[in-house]
Amino acid sequence: MKVNDVILKTVVRMVVFIVFTVGMYLFFAGHNAPGGGFIGGLVLGSGIVLLYLTYDIETVHKGMPFDFKKVAALGVLLATGTAIGSLFFDAPFLTQTDGYFNIPILGEKHLSTVTLFEAGVALTVVGTLVTIILSISEDE
Amino acid sequence: MILIARRFLLLIVAFSIMLPFIAAALIPLIYRRFKNIHLGWFVLVVPTVLFSFLASYIPRIADGKTFVKTYEWIPTFGINITTYLDGLSMIFSLLITGVGSLVILYSIFYLSTKESLHHFYCYLLLFMGAMLGVVLSDNLMVLYVFWELTSVSSFLLIAFWHHRKASRAGARKAMIITVSGGVAMLAGFLMLYVASGTFSIREIIANLEVVQASTLFVPAMLLVLLGAFTKSAQFPFHIWLPDAMEAPTPVSAYLHSATMVKAGIYLVARTTPIFGAHEVWFWTVSGVGILTLFWGSFNAVRQYDLKALLAYSTISQLGLIMSLFGLGSIALHLGYSTDSVIYTQATFAALFHLINHSTFKGALFMMVGIVDHEVGTRDIRRLGGLMALMPFTFTIAVIGSFSMAGLPPFNGFLSKEMFFAATVNIMQLNIFSLDSFGIIFPIVAWIASVFTFIYCAIIVMRTFFGKLQPDRLEKPPHEAPIGMLISPYILISLVVGIFIFPNVLGHYILQPAMASIYPMFPSSEELTPHIAAWHGYINTELWMTFGVIVFGTLLYLSLKKWRPMYQLFPQKYTFNAMYERIIGFGEGYSGRVTNRYMNGNVSYYFIYIYVFFIVVLAGYAVYADVLSWDPSKDSAIESYELVLAFVMVFAAGAILVAKQRITVVLLNGVLGYSVAFFFVVFRAPDLALTQLVVESVTTALFLLAFKFLPKIQPEKVSNTVKITKAMISIAVGATVTLIGLAVMNYDKFEPISAYFEDAYNLAGGKNIVNTILGDFRAFDTMLEVVVLFIAGLGVYTLIKLKAKKGDADVESK
Repeated sequence: MKVNDVILKTVVRMVVFIVFTVGMYLFFAGHNAPGGGFIGGLVLGSGIVLLYLTYDIETVHKGMPFDFKKVAALGVLLATGTAIGSLFFDAPFLTQTDGYFNIPILGEKHLSTVTLFEAGVALTVVGTLVTIILSISEDE
Repeated sequence: MILIARRFLLLIVAFSIMLPFIAAALIPLIYRRFKNIHLGWFVLVVPTVLFSFLASYIPRIADGKTFVKTYEWIPTFGINITTYLDGLSMIFSLLITGVGSLVILYSIFYLSTKESLHHFYCYLLLFMGAMLGVVLSDNLMVLYVFWELTSVSSFLLIAFWHHRKASRAGARKAMIITVSGGVAMLAGFLMLYVASGTFSIREIIANLEVVQASTLFVPAMLLVLLGAFTKSAQFPFHIWLPDAMEAPTPVSAYLHSATMVKAGIYLVARTTPIFGAHEVWFWTVSGVGILTLFWGSFNAVRQYDLKALLAYSTISQLGLIMSLFGLGSIALHLGYSTDSVIYTQATFAALFHLINHSTFKGALFMMVGIVDHEVGTRDIRRLGGLMALMPFTFTIAVIGSFSMAGLPPFNGFLSKEMFFAATVNIMQLNIFSLDSFGIIFPIVAWIASVFTFIYCAIIVMRTFFGKLQPDRLEKPPHEAPIGMLISPYILISLVVGIFIFPNVLGHYILQPAMASIYPMFPSSEELTPHIAAWHGYINTELWMTFGVIVFGTLLYLSLKKWRPMYQLFPQKYTFNAMYERIIGFGEGYSGRVTNRYMNGNVSYYFIYIYVFFIVVLAGYAVYADVLSWDPSKDSAIESYELVLAFVMVFAAGAILVAKQRITVVLLNGVLGYSVAFFFVVFRAPDLALTQLVVESVTTALFLLAFKFLPKIQPEKVSNTVKITKAMISIAVGATVTLIGLAVMNYDKFEPISAYFEDAYNLAGGKNIVNTILGDFRAFDTMLEVVVLFIAGLGVYTLIKLKAKKGDADVESK
């Protein structure tokens, strides 16, 4: 059965970018304001789910040719990798570090290795969320 | 300059544990890219590089230097990754990497590219890394982690051909026995920690008096020994080793001749300075060892499968090494004197035989692999007359077997003579009731050696002499390709080389290890005897060897007459049958119990969870008397909070009476969003955000699956069930409420909020929730991420992966 969902499709086309922007904002804001890897990942993931809800799987897959299982795996590797990485600098497991750096154009910015760890968290959340929802909805 | 070199080496020692793991992680990448090249060539680099690195430091270790490097892991509990390279760990890591290289080289020709090689080499590298971790760790906890990792990775290796039922059974048996021993060992390690206050083996040895005075000393010793005995397949735990022969032959050659089973030997050697002076240690180690020696060699003779025969021979040889360590420990009891030094020779012989065993047993396993590969069978009843067809393989078999039987001019002869000498020496002591029982050692050793001689003769004679039976072989026999012969030839040239130059090995490799086992004895030079092939004219051990040869030959020739004796022992009473009974009973019983409560009805599962919850939490709260409610300090309740609470109560109540599923979903959403509102009101924006998004996503999920859900069926249940469920629900609610209220006044523990006060300085973040998640308690977050990932994969596999055609009958094969 074909459903006439032109309104949904038009709205989602715009809303998804807003959702993604909010997600990215939340991810980066996390260190000093509400947000962080988990919630950022959730928002990004729900944006993707929204796309899947509106368009069919093939169409979305053309635009985003990711295997979300691999995205999740990458996330886990990143999170555990930063944890192990600290061992190579003679620091205990999971030690994070931060500092202020002068970056051209952007000016002085606060950078932290936690961001990498949080990125791992975010990727895992996105990957797992989409994997679960896709496999449930694809099942016949 | 020296400082830099030293630091570099320390890094390498730590790195050598990591390298196999890193390589294992890289395999999937390499595997895809180079499909035409055998994966083994890439993997071969790892052990050869490690071996040459380690070997280049032999001279410094021989000078008595040791290398320690610590990485902090959980410093608060004294658990740190400390790598410790001394003489003893040097021997073992050289064996692991050296034999490892040869085995991988051999496997390149043994395993065809049609096998799932990426799995095979991944497991093999994991195993190699874990073994290196075991022998290079100074910290008991880290050692335990690697120890169990060897059990897990060997499980994967043994079950490599997992479509065969016997492989799976063998893998499970090995895992059950070695892991249970490992858990006992963990308990022993914890006792050592309680007694000494440290997990570091070096520190425990440095403070021996404290440990030895502890009441936990003997229990800890026995538990640690349990770990060592299960791993090294000592009697009566040996039953897993023959079944583990279901693994591909390169794996058998590696795990069961050179590495895995030697982990137990390593543990005994490493802990000898701690426990060795005690009578219980002496009798347990040497007694179990000598019993295993006899039982293994006795049972090897009855085997028809060449690999099973080698498995029993490995058991018996491990028993020999074990008993030598036991005999050598007596020197620690006697204390250092010129008279007691003679007893350290047993330990020296143990280390010497350890290396010799790896060389000849590795070669023999590879020889059997070649026969199996080129002929198609390992059953000695079908083999025979291969000498002329496979002359190179025959040479390996002769040299390996003669060395194992303890005949000159091969290295096994030297260590066997030293073993006999040690048993004769120990008999003359008059402590530990050795004056009456000590005679057991030379007698059992001699009988076991006769049997060893017999089975070595069987290997050579039955496979290569006699009549060829081409119709009973699977393939026309021919010589192996040259690549398969390289590794065993390197090993047998070592067998001969060590016989000719034994003292090079003695000085550079064995002497520093002696210093590790006898740290209190002043000169390791003195502990290193001069090994000579011709060690005197008419001494007892040489007579014993003559006797072995004479009796062994006679018994081999009359084998047909006395072999039926093995059938006399009823199968019902073997350890194998006992193991099967225990496992069968456990499976049946737990199956019945599980089927009783896992009845497929979700509401029952909730009942179990909630009843448990009430009993534990409410029970503890009442028991510890923490339920106190003091509203005086609470802030006032605002009117909008009341409204929110009312909405939630209303929604919750409405769910109970809702008739339509969509109503339930929406009401559930109302509940969730109201909780989010509460978070907003109480200024927890992080939680509110998360709650909102999670709520939206789960509602969306619900709606996705909505179409497929059946209509709500009105439940027809009796009133008793209804009342029970209501009571449980109310009790859960009451428990949560009461505990929520009581938490405000709970002051049994120090609040941890002080820990987060200067979060910005410590973690560089202003959002305290995130600094907790990413810094202070990042370990939780990391593991949560892993759990989430595994849960996602679980959902995916449950829904997506269906059995391929033909997979259905895999289980029954």
